[in-house]
Amino acid sequence: MDRPSEAQGSAATQFRGISLASPRATDPAALTEKISIKNLEFFYGSHKTLKDISLSIYDRRVTAFIGPSGCGKSTLLRVLNRMYDLYPGQRAAGTVLLDGQDILSPKQDINLLRARIGMVFQRPTPFPMSIFDNVAFGMRLYERLSQSEIDGRVEEALKGAALWNEVKEKLNQSGLSLSGGQQQRLCIARAIAVRPSVLLLDEPASALDPISTAKIEELIDSLQSQYTIAIVTHNMQQAARVSDFTAFLLMGELVEFSRTEDIFTKPADPRTEAYVTGRFG
Amino acid sequence: MLLPVVLVLLRKTRMSQHAETVALHPEIQQRIQKQRLLDNVFRYVTLSFALLVLVILGGVIVSLVDGALPALKKFGFDFLTTERWNPVKEVFGARAAIYGTLMTSLIAMIVGIPVSFGIAIFLTELAPEWLKRPIGTAIELLAGIPSIIYGIWGLFVFAPFLQRNIQPLLIAIFADVPGLSSFFAGPPFGIGVFTAGLILGIMVLPFITSVTRDVFETVPALLKESAYGLGATTWEVVWQIVIPYTRVGLVGGVMLGLGRALGETMAVTFVIGNAHRISPSILAPGTTISASIANEFQEAVGDIYTSALVALGLLLFVITFTVLALAKLMLIRMQRNTGART
Repeated sequence: MDRPSEAQGSAATQFRGISLASPRATDPAALTEKISIKNLEFFYGSHKTLKDISLSIYDRRVTAFIGPSGCGKSTLLRVLNRMYDLYPGQRAAGTVLLDGQDILSPKQDINLLRARIGMVFQRPTPFPMSIFDNVAFGMRLYERLSQSEIDGRVEEALKGAALWNEVKEKLNQSGLSLSGGQQQRLCIARAIAVRPSVLLLDEPASALDPISTAKIEELIDSLQSQYTIAIVTHNMQQAARVSDFTAFLLMGELVEFSRTEDIFTKPADPRTEAYVTGRFG
Repeated sequence: MLLPVVLVLLRKTRMSQHAETVALHPEIQQRIQKQRLLDNVFRYVTLSFALLVLVILGGVIVSLVDGALPALKKFGFDFLTTERWNPVKEVFGARAAIYGTLMTSLIAMIVGIPVSFGIAIFLTELAPEWLKRPIGTAIELLAGIPSIIYGIWGLFVFAPFLQRNIQPLLIAIFADVPGLSSFFAGPPFGIGVFTAGLILGIMVLPFITSVTRDVFETVPALLKESAYGLGATTWEVVWQIVIPYTRVGLVGGVMLGLGRALGETMAVTFVIGNAHRISPSILAPGTTISASIANEFQEAVGDIYTSALVALGLLLFVITFTVLALAKLMLIRMQRNTGART
């Protein structure tokens, strides 16, 4: 994919035919930590699925979690908005700081936390209501807005999710009437309509065709200027294309966390190299 | 039954012609023919069972209409609008019974639906794992209690309890409320339309609950997580996602309960008081269609009396049928509104 910033000089990186994300400023001085994960462990009942994970998710950067199935990457994502809380028997230990505040603390209000951290899932999940109401759903929960404000915010969110032109004539139609790719962008619009600071994307393109996938990736690229994004993906090319930082997980352990460019061109751990070169996984 | 046999024979001859052209080993040919014959027999046996449903339904309708004709001829349309039910003078009107049937069912729905939905929501969204099974089993057991037991319990325990504790309270509370005072007026009888409605509400509870719980469980976890992920509370998820997503099934569950409430006989007969009149107060005794039939069939002397009871039965049939038809219509309309759901 062509990115305007690639022209700006610093090595347009290619890796085995995969074009890497344009190097946005990834040197430590230019970064602020948005989420800081320290010694995180996760348990399904007595089974430990995340072991001593520590990593930083930087403000307005895209961080990808990669690894084979069952490595814990989705679990890690679901810790960040405490989605696991819905299910008895799942618990996390350690600290996860969001803007310096521990979100794992029992004092943290979960609903407020989730309003600050948007999430998009593997499959599109439009609510059984109109396109307009889908997008307005989240903002109506927490904000008292006039109809014109809601109208404006819905339009803004749909434009932000690159869906406005396709649906502006049929906002009152059911969200279920859209195609799969449009439904997924509707879900992204719904998530950004509440103006979260962090977006969690759990394999957002895994159920989509290549064209819809490309649109979602373009969208991620345009969203990263405003949002801190964490994306779980099965697809290494996708991680390479969209992310600034990549965390490679294997069997619940964080093997390597580094700049995406480094992970794909000069991995420090032989297991990372084996995985990104396709020798397993 | 002659037609299927002829069809089978026709098919058989066609098949044997076809088989000759392929020229298979005779033994295999024979086996294939035998299998096809068996398959056809199977097809027509199941078809005839299925047709049996239509025959029974038709038979019931015909005999109801036939039995009701003398009364309907004598009273005409007045049968529906007359409140009087006088076996001595042979003047019969169904109005009180229709009112009682609809009123008790309405009370049952008002009581039953919120409680059933509440139980189902608790079981699917909130209950800890160890509590789900006992409550689920208890609800199934509740459905298994024979209605006669609800009847005697209602008459000997529930009605006196209401008479002593609840009804005086209702009368006192609503005495000064304009519009509602006559609704809850009069001496607390214990038995009456109100009590029958409450018992019906308890009886339909397990049916509505189990259907509701089952349809709530069909909501995909991802859909609920999406709403939780936006910061919604359990209440908001249930109210804005789960119920809209399942409304078709919910209407189905409610209609199932309503159908049962409309037709329930034994428990209602025990506690409704069996009075063919329409009182403004729901605390007063009344009757329902099924309770009247059950109560009076034995003592019905004379063709007109019997025929009037059959006509009541026909009415109940029409009411139940209408409810089901309306439910179907509503479901079709709602599905159209939600758009294509895949």
